[in-house]
Amino acid sequence: MGLLSDPNRRRALIGLLTRLNAPICVVCYMAGVAWFMGLAFEPFTLRTYMSENAMGSTMVEERFPAGERALATGREFAAHKKKTGGMPVDWLVKTMQSRGLEVFTQRFSRRLPFPDEDKERYMVKGTNVYGILRAPRAPRTEALVLSAPCTAGDHNNQAVGLLLGLAQYFRNQVYWAKDIIFLVNEHDLIGMQAWLEGYHHTNTTGMDWSPLQGRGGSIQAALSLELSSDVVTSLDLVLEGLNGQLPNLDLANLFYAFCQKIGVLCTTQGKLQRNDWDSVSGYSHAVQTMMLMAMKQASGRPWGDHGLFLRYHIEAATIKGINSFRQYKTDATTVGRLLEGMYRKLNNLLERLHQSYFFYLMSSLSHFVSIGYYMPAFGLLGVILLLRVSSTGYLTQFDVVQRSLHAKSIVLALDGDAGLRPVGHGAGLEGAEAGGRALPGRAAGLHRAHQLLPGLHPGSHAGARGRLRHAQRAKVTRLQRLGDRCGSVRSLTSRSSSPPRRVLSAFVLVVLSPACTLLFSVFFFQELQEMPVSFLDGWMLYLSVISQGILDHALYGSLVYPLVALLVYPCWLLFWNILFWK
Amino acid sequence: MKILGLLSLLATHLSANSVNIEENAGQFFSSGHTNNWAVLVCTSRFWFNYRHVANTLSVYRSVKRLGIPDSHIVLMLADDMACNHRNPKPATVFSHKNMELNVYGDDVEVDYRGYEVTVENFLRVLTGRLPPSTPRSKRLLSDDRSNILIYLTGHGGNGFLKFQDSEEISNVELADAFQQMWQKRRYNELLFIIDTCQGASMYERFYSPNLMALASSQVGEDSLSHQPDLAIGVHLMDRYTFYLLEFLEDIHPASKSNMNDLFKVCPKSQCVSTPGHRTDLFLRDPGSALITDFFGSVRKVEITMETVNLTDPIEQVEQNFVNEDLQKESYSYVDQLPVSEIIHQKPKQKDWHPPDGFILGLWTLILLVFFKTYGMKHLKHIF
Repeated sequence: MGLLSDPNRRRALIGLLTRLNAPICVVCYMAGVAWFMGLAFEPFTLRTYMSENAMGSTMVEERFPAGERALATGREFAAHKKKTGGMPVDWLVKTMQSRGLEVFTQRFSRRLPFPDEDKERYMVKGTNVYGILRAPRAPRTEALVLSAPCTAGDHNNQAVGLLLGLAQYFRNQVYWAKDIIFLVNEHDLIGMQAWLEGYHHTNTTGMDWSPLQGRGGSIQAALSLELSSDVVTSLDLVLEGLNGQLPNLDLANLFYAFCQKIGVLCTTQGKLQRNDWDSVSGYSHAVQTMMLMAMKQASGRPWGDHGLFLRYHIEAATIKGINSFRQYKTDATTVGRLLEGMYRKLNNLLERLHQSYFFYLMSSLSHFVSIGYYMPAFGLLGVILLLRVSSTGYLTQFDVVQRSLHAKSIVLALDGDAGLRPVGHGAGLEGAEAGGRALPGRAAGLHRAHQLLPGLHPGSHAGARGRLRHAQRAKVTRLQRLGDRCGSVRSLTSRSSSPPRRVLSAFVLVVLSPACTLLFSVFFFQELQEMPVSFLDGWMLYLSVISQGILDHALYGSLVYPLVALLVYPCWLLFWNILFWK
Repeated sequence: MKILGLLSLLATHLSANSVNIEENAGQFFSSGHTNNWAVLVCTSRFWFNYRHVANTLSVYRSVKRLGIPDSHIVLMLADDMACNHRNPKPATVFSHKNMELNVYGDDVEVDYRGYEVTVENFLRVLTGRLPPSTPRSKRLLSDDRSNILIYLTGHGGNGFLKFQDSEEISNVELADAFQQMWQKRRYNELLFIIDTCQGASMYERFYSPNLMALASSQVGEDSLSHQPDLAIGVHLMDRYTFYLLEFLEDIHPASKSNMNDLFKVCPKSQCVSTPGHRTDLFLRDPGSALITDFFGSVRKVEITMETVNLTDPIEQVEQNFVNEDLQKESYSYVDQLPVSEIIHQKPKQKDWHPPDGFILGLWTLILLVFFKTYGMKHLKHIF
């Protein structure tokens, strides 16, 4: 007979699971953590490669010449921005029109549910300006987007300048098969959300925007540019988007291919790739990069203006220019050439990027692991839940009930019940020690057991408990007859809940609460980024993270806040309940 | 006496010359073919397959230059690269980097274009089974004195060639098509050139006589492309056809290069793959077959002042007419496949037969279920 249909084998298996439950759980946990850490070890990763055939092997010689002129345009933009105190809409419209684009604007406004902590705004009003470069010979069915945010102060002026310079260069070429939309959005993500909603005729977040006058077909890919200095030392690629969604890996591969071709230093998560993967520091570097990516995904917020495109199945990424203390500087012409090359390759696409992975973790720009490799780690952690469920008398109870049904013996049922109650008491301790995930399941199992047992009504439990606990030593010999189950029962019933243990478990539970976990992860995140903060700064950051999470949910529909508030937090409250179960 | 001697010398000389002329005339009419055809096919579409279109157009250019007119060329291109939106030089197809050689122009006549290039159309062109409404430019109107050049390029594998990213032609189909051509007397000699990955697999199954085949790579090897153009952004040609084109540029209509030179085109050092050829089905020695026998349309012209006695052939023709009257067979194109005879149809049953197979099983199952649920005791009422 099969493993589970043979009652003897099944009983043996159940006995094994209940007896060795805690060790197996510990082993699973360690294995899951070790698997996840092992993913960053370079021999276990794959090198990135271009999967899309249309973006194939051939490279074009990029000829973008006008980097200096782009920077001059950026300075002009900065001056006009300062003059108008916001977005210089008229100047932008005039400049884009002079470059031969079809220019349109969109107004939007949004009242935030509460004032933003970071930027201290409450009622946000703005204008997006975008110009469409029509493909000279192609029908207007597909489009590509290049966007640069217009931020207050001295940021991103060079990005807008480069965008306008590229627009002028692109306008003179005849080989575009898709329309190219050059977008300058105000108020970063809010403006981008308004533009995307207007483009796709959806209204999911309750924003107020004017409809778009001009459109360009379905968007195949988008790049967002953030450049705040005239020269850069490296380019950083940001992939994480809203709700942890990532663009297709081919977009990252495309960026990396051009970085290598042009010879620009490229990073991801702000960390430069190292060659010494077999040394401890090299390995920890890779682990840090991967953990940063995982944590950024877990936060659920879009880490660049590109993050909102992903929801519409548009592959998008943000390229940030970073100017640090390095000797070799890359000028704007080279960055322009890199973008020109990327857009020419995206121009060759025949369909949306879909050949490569959508779920992956990158330990550096040239190495990645796909979901098939990192999901078993989380699978192992999930197996612990199943093991804890099975370790309650539920499985043993199921077996007992089956036997009782066949044998019609109430004694066995009583024994099964006796086996359960001490387990219920030990549950609080054990749950807290092992992470406490299975407690709701166990509680459910307990309740179910009451319904299953014939001849016992709930009222008898309260009084019976104390008696049973003392009497169970006598019943041990009888339980011995039932074989392997008693081993688990004995181990479980040997513990008793004493006040010190309860205080310890309560402390552990508080430490594991969502709030504390979030606080620790904020500090951990800062450590990973090599920018450790003091406790006070960390606390302020923590508060802003919470408020930002709620705002993200209100503004863009991020799911992290509802998930934590409606799922994780009630589960944690349930643990309290079980811990202090009387 | 001297005059007599001179006269006799003259007479013998004249007779010798006339015999010479007849020999020459005999040799003149002894070559196998009287006309040349070419079928040039590019089977892949999309911008990144630019090189396949450039391959086909290069061979087209050579073939036209050596004399085959457009009316005798069937050119099939699966996609339009010259007017593709991504072409930075519209209306051109370059076959050499730095844009030295534009193989597209205003005298290129494409007979089958775009989605018309399918396996079915290709086989119909070869075998001649086209609907009566097909224009002449889309037909291969060859006869038993035609030498045909067939050139295929695209993406292929072991035993197949991919058409348009959606269908394939197998080597067995191709061999059968050539056999049909042989039986319908549609060619005298046929040269088959294929430039795809694992191209040698496509000529493995040929079994008709008078076929010679060349391929750019052996089974298990990939044919590689030659050079990318950095301004256009694609690979312009495949290696084998690039070197073939270089070789053909040196051929002129009077050149005497033969097939053995063609076999030497693109050795492994240049092509990276190993080109292959097959001559066992070819009845002549490949060394005696000129390049222009297939790639050009060479009309043999020789000026002579002698008169040639053509009476014998005329008599033969008369006899042939008599014979033809007796054994006249009319060949006509088959209009349609007789579908009803081919597709197996069950004969309609005139009288009732008891249900068999599936229906019987179904009813049995229903009865069994009925009697199981309602108890076995009902069964005894039946039996």
